[in-house]
Amino acid sequence: MPPELNSRPLLAPGCRLGENNQQRVLLMPERALRLNGPSLEIVERCDGKHTVQQIILDLQKIYSKAEPQKVEQDILGYLTLLQKERAVDFESGAPL
Amino acid sequence: MPTTLSNPLALIAELTHRCPLHCVYCSNPLELQSRTNELPTEIWTRVFKEAAAAGVLQADFTGGEPLARPDIVELVRAARSAGLYVNLITSGLPLDETKLAALVEAGLDHFQLSFQGAREETANEISATKSHAQKLRVLDWLRHHRVAVTLNFVIHRRNIDQLEEMLALVESSCATRIEFANVQYYGWAFANRENLLPTREQLNRSVEFLKREQERLQGKIRIEFVVPDYYAKYPKPCMGGWGRKLMLITPSGDALPCHAAQVIPGLSFENVQDRSLREIWEHSAAFNKFRGEDWMQQPCKTCDRREQDFGGCRCQALLLAGDAAATDPVCSLAPLRPKVDAILAAANLAPVSVGAGLAPPAADPLTRPAWLYRPNPS
Repeated sequence: MPPELNSRPLLAPGCRLGENNQQRVLLMPERALRLNGPSLEIVERCDGKHTVQQIILDLQKIYSKAEPQKVEQDILGYLTLLQKERAVDFESGAPL
Repeated sequence: MPTTLSNPLALIAELTHRCPLHCVYCSNPLELQSRTNELPTEIWTRVFKEAAAAGVLQADFTGGEPLARPDIVELVRAARSAGLYVNLITSGLPLDETKLAALVEAGLDHFQLSFQGAREETANEISATKSHAQKLRVLDWLRHHRVAVTLNFVIHRRNIDQLEEMLALVESSCATRIEFANVQYYGWAFANRENLLPTREQLNRSVEFLKREQERLQGKIRIEFVVPDYYAKYPKPCMGGWGRKLMLITPSGDALPCHAAQVIPGLSFENVQDRSLREIWEHSAAFNKFRGEDWMQQPCKTCDRREQDFGGCRCQALLLAGDAAATDPVCSLAPLRPKVDAILAAANLAPVSVGAGLAPPAADPLTRPAWLYRPNPS
């Protein structure tokens, strides 16, 4: 089930950004995901303040040459993956 | 030796072999290290810094029981300050609320709590301690802290029919991750294998059940499960390949490519007190022994899967084939696969008492196996 557009993704407890050899990563229990370009832009906005809709709008602006529909689909797909990994939770209601 | 060597990604810090539990499946070597040889805080602190400098992202604090180290809070702080993500792989003993708070404050990222069963009598039989109640207390305290929580259930013949209860336990807790880890046969598990291997029917039922539950709980709880590789068609890419992703440091400071490497004769291991971590990773004879492909025998040498699974596990090849360079005998293409098939045939003949394919209750004294329990080294 894709995340709701007005929900606010937040990195789950024990999940945080890291860096090694100039490579940004998302650290989580016994795993790390490399973050480059769009994936980095998305994860940096998983702060409990940006809504999913805002993230989509931001990235459509940054990646203005890409098809807006594709950007939206990719973001929703990536956020769903992060939730499956339990790296991200979705908050609804007022921001933190 | 490969022309480009990638850096290690994880450091397994085997802080001590001391442990209040005596689990019959423990992966520690049969020869446990004494307390007197344990590395002091300062050496571990240096090792963590060297690990981060070498590109390591994660530290896995394990043992024995890492909480048995009186300096465990300092060690967590040191690893986190060095820039590592800190995983604590623990039984939850000995621990109180104050120490848990101190661990989190020191920068602990992930708390992985082991359970030996869903029921107290199973757990107490498998660990030969009354540890289950404490684990439930720890699980409750964890609600009040911001750390990732995984519950790790080690699965075998004696508790594989308790999966539903185990899941119910997780769902009523703050854990967002659960690992159902079927026992792998090294160390004490190898010694107790006859009483640990599940039947094919038990395994099939568990896989079906867990696949359904994975889907049901998707997005809420991440379920991971590993089946015993004796039942697999192809071997596991052990450790992500020998000397490719992980390095393990024993309580006395020896650097090993994996938990069980000391079973392999003719390997000498370097010690972190004598050489830097990066130098050991790159130049140690033990780490280079099974890198690349030159060491492979047939069929691995020309197999299409060799870059996927690296021929399986060297230690398992030693344990089952008597030759660490042999194809891992669990592989269906291995010349010695019939030996594994014979072991499975025996496991599937073993009598079961209650119902279709159900193992006898663990606490039943008439059917309780003669376990070899792991002692606590002094």
